Amino acid sequence: MGVAAAIALPVGIGLGHFGRGGLLAINIANVGRAVPSFGLIILMFLLVGVGFVPVLVALVALAVPPMVTNSYVGMRAVDPAVRQAAEAIGMTGWQRLMQVELPIALPLVMAGVRTSAIQVVSTATLAAYVGLGGLGRYLIDGLAQHQLTQVVGGAIVVALLALLVECVLAGLQRLITPKGLAT
Amino acid sequence: MRWSWIARHSDTISAALVQHIQLTVLALVIGFAIAFPLALAAIRWPRLHGVSLAATGVLFTVPSLALFILLIPLTGLSLATSLIGLTIYTLLILFRNIVTGLNGVPPDVSEAARALGYSRRWQLLTVELPIALPVIVAGIRIAAVTTIGLVTVTALIGQGGLGQLFITGFTLHFTTPLVVGFVLSVVLAVAVDLLLVGLLWLLTPWQRRRA
Repeated sequence: MGVAAAIALPVGIGLGHFGRGGLLAINIANVGRAVPSFGLIILMFLLVGVGFVPVLVALVALAVPPMVTNSYVGMRAVDPAVRQAAEAIGMTGWQRLMQVELPIALPLVMAGVRTSAIQVVSTATLAAYVGLGGLGRYLIDGLAQHQLTQVVGGAIVVALLALLVECVLAGLQRLITPKGLAT
Repeated sequence: MRWSWIARHSDTISAALVQHIQLTVLALVIGFAIAFPLALAAIRWPRLHGVSLAATGVLFTVPSLALFILLIPLTGLSLATSLIGLTIYTLLILFRNIVTGLNGVPPDVSEAARALGYSRRWQLLTVELPIALPVIVAGIRIAAVTTIGLVTVTALIGQGGLGQLFITGFTLHFTTPLVVGFVLSVVLAVAVDLLLVGLLWLLTPWQRRRA
């Protein structure tokens, strides 16, 4: 998740700031949604082998598109009048980005981060299928052994974890949204 | 890639593809049939809106594999389990977009329709729905593409359409079926997406003039 954010957010924010490559950003997201995460994990496993790396690659590949699109859209949605006002009072490009555009775009950027995070938690459980640990173990092993208790227990924990992640990120979003924008 | 494998297993592949399409279409149709009345109700009673949004949102957050598994005690390792799970995932996307679309109808348009003596139902069908159509179709597109990806996960509970090819590839340590399933799944998603874009284009002739 961290790796993906480190790649995706600068790309999306940069594209939005300079107003280029919009079509690219949107298309990446559409293709990204079409890629079946389950297949990607197994494919990576067959190509690279057991281990952390194939799963990490698959997760990053899944997490990047929503964040790129949302941060791009968020940056583009900044009112041009606000942008011009910032320019008129003599802000440099960097100041404008950090102090004006980014705070305004934050809610949408965070929405992208949340979408990605949910997907990553969800897909990480599938990683157990190719032999990696994590909570998915209980689900996959339980299914294989027809242990309904284990499976359902694992599923409940995974579901709770996803909800927890969502709540934490939603709280974070509320914290860092500028007061003037709060609805 | 071994092309001979594809030729020899074309029956399995096409059966998987057909099941994939069936599951996707059924999930979308059922999802829409639930989301649409829910959205209408949510528009009439705003309090219901927050509740429905939260409920579908929570269901949407639950990881797919966990959701399918939680349904097993109720419906077993059956087609129903995978179908119910997939339908649940379409709900949030469809519900949100239908509400946004219908709420986006300019109030003066609705008022004009009422002033012309349109009944509520007629107004919805002939005025509001067409205006909301682009947003609703956008929701169906996202739901369709997401569902096509999710169907593969149900292979783990014995369904899964093209996902079965993933499992075959994994158990045999053989990339060909995996790549076939992967490519077909992405192609299917793109094809359905384009189909829906085309459908919207056909259904909204007034939008074309503007563009």
